[in-house]
Amino acid sequence: MINLSEVIETNAMIEKENLDVRTITLGISLLDCISDDVETLCGRIYSKIAKTAENLVRTGEEIEREYAIPVVNKRISVTPIGIVGAAACRTPDDFVRIAKALDRAASDVGVNFLGGYSALCAKGMTEAERMLISSIPEALSVTERICSSVALGSTRTGINMDAVALMGKIIRETAERTADRDSIGCAKLVVFCNAPDDNPFMAGAFHGVTEADAVINVGVSGPGVIKHALEGVRGKDFEILSETVKRTAFKITRLGQLVAKEASKRLGIPFGIVDLSLAPTPAVGDSISDILELMGLERTGAPGTTAALALLNDQVKKGGLMASSYVGGLSGSFIPVSEDQGMINAVNAGALSIEKLEAMTCICSVGLDMIAIPGDTEASTISGIIADEMAIGMINQKTTAVRLIPVIGKGVGESATFGGLLGYAPIMKVSKFSCRDFIGRGGRIPAPVHSFKN
Amino acid sequence: MGKSIITVVGKDQVGIIARVCTFLAESNVNILDISQTIVDGYFNMMMICDTSCTDKAFIALSDGLEELGRKIGCIIKLQREEIFESMQRI
Repeated sequence: MINLSEVIETNAMIEKENLDVRTITLGISLLDCISDDVETLCGRIYSKIAKTAENLVRTGEEIEREYAIPVVNKRISVTPIGIVGAAACRTPDDFVRIAKALDRAASDVGVNFLGGYSALCAKGMTEAERMLISSIPEALSVTERICSSVALGSTRTGINMDAVALMGKIIRETAERTADRDSIGCAKLVVFCNAPDDNPFMAGAFHGVTEADAVINVGVSGPGVIKHALEGVRGKDFEILSETVKRTAFKITRLGQLVAKEASKRLGIPFGIVDLSLAPTPAVGDSISDILELMGLERTGAPGTTAALALLNDQVKKGGLMASSYVGGLSGSFIPVSEDQGMINAVNAGALSIEKLEAMTCICSVGLDMIAIPGDTEASTISGIIADEMAIGMINQKTTAVRLIPVIGKGVGESATFGGLLGYAPIMKVSKFSCRDFIGRGGRIPAPVHSFKN
Repeated sequence: MGKSIITVVGKDQVGIIARVCTFLAESNVNILDISQTIVDGYFNMMMICDTSCTDKAFIALSDGLEELGRKIGCIIKLQREEIFESMQRI
C-alpha cells in the first residue's frame, strides 16, 4: 500500500517543483472533410473539430481535479492543411479562410492552440503547399490560436532548399506583420527536419496522415522535479547523477502515461503516445539550464554543456521508456531561450551563443527554439541558420526544428516580450557574414548515405 | 473498490482527525488506513479511503473536504490513488 512519504514526495513535486502535465493534445484527422469547395471544407472542418473535441477541455479539467495535477494546456492538432486544402484552395487567401475556420473551432471548444496549419515539403512542394506557405504571414496575423509548421527535410529525402529559401522570407514577413507585438507571429511558426507525426507540443504539432481518425497524445513537464532531485546528489559521480535523472524521469513519465490513459478512456479516443520531452517554463526553477548548472557548469554555454545535456537527455529517455508503453513525439530536452529563465540569464551573461545552442541541438530535441534575433537579419541568413539545423537532423537521423523570431525594429542588447508561457527573450547576435549565394542556388540537398557511419 | 488518498497538512491542533472522520462518515466514505507525521513543524496526515460507496460525486466530495480544511485551518486534498500507484510503483 502507498505510504505517507511517497504521498508527500509526489505532492511536493506538484506543489513545489512545478510538476505538471504540459499538454493533452487531441489529434484529429481532417482527411474526411476534404471538398473541392472552400466553403464546404471550412464548414466540415469546423463541425468535425467541434464534435470530436467537445469534451476535451472538460475532461482535462476533471482529471486535473481528481488527481490534483495541473493539466496546463488542452490542445488540438489536425492533418496538415496543405493536404486537406489542396483540392479546394485556388489562392493563398482560400487557405487563410481555412485558418479562420480552425481558429473559430479552437476558440469554441476552448483550446489555447491548434496546430497543423502545415505543409510537408521535405522533398518537394505541391502548388497547394506553396500557396499555404505564402499565406502563413497573413494567417498567423489574423488568427489567435493557430500554429504553423513546415517540414523542410528528412534523413530519407534530403533537404528541400527551395523551401528553406522560401521559409527565410516567410519568417521575415511573419515578423513584419506582427512587428507591433515584438514579432510574436514567429513564435507560432516552426520548421522541421524529420518532423514527427504525433508531436503533442506546439508550435510543431500536427496530426500525421499515418495516424488514426483521432488520438490522444500527452506531453509532461518536469525540469523542476529533476532539478530538485539533483540538488540531493551534488558532487557525486556520473553513475549516481545518471541514476538519479533516470529514476526521476520514470516517475514523471508515469504521470503522463496515467493521464494519457485516463483521458483516452474518458473521451473514448485511442491513446497515442507520451512525449518524454522535458519542457521548461518561465517559472523560477522550472529550467533545463538550471539542471545543467546544477551538474557543475558555472553557466549554461560553458565547455561541458553539450556533454551535460547529452547525459540529461539520454537518461530521461531511459527512465521514460520504461515508464510508458508508447513513447513518441519529440521526446528530448527542449532548450528554448525565451521560455527558460536560466537560458535567458546565460545569454545575458554572455555565456551562450547561437553557435553553442546549435551544438547542443546535435544531441537533443528540438533545435533552435524561441530564439530572438535582430530585426534586420536578412532572409537568406535566416535560411542559412535553418539549413544548418536541418543538416544536423538529416545526418543524425533525428528531429530538429527552428523557431527564430527576427524582432523587427530591435537589435542585440534589447529584448522581446511575448508574455505567458512564451516569456521574453534577449536578442541574440547572428553572424554578419552572408550565405546569400549558397541559399540562392535552389534545388535540393540529396539524401545522405545510410551506411558508412564513421 | 475506488481507493482515494486524503492528505491533511496544517498546524497541529485538537480535533483535526475527528472533524475529517466525521465528514467522511457523513459522506459514507470508509477509512482503510491512517498515518501521520510532523514535517517541518507541520502536521501531515494521510488517509487511504474507499470512495466507492459515497453518493457524492468525486469533485463534490473534494470540494467539501477543501471547505472543511478552510474552516479548521488546514489544507485538505482528495486525490485518486492511481497517481501515487503509477508514480511510485513499477
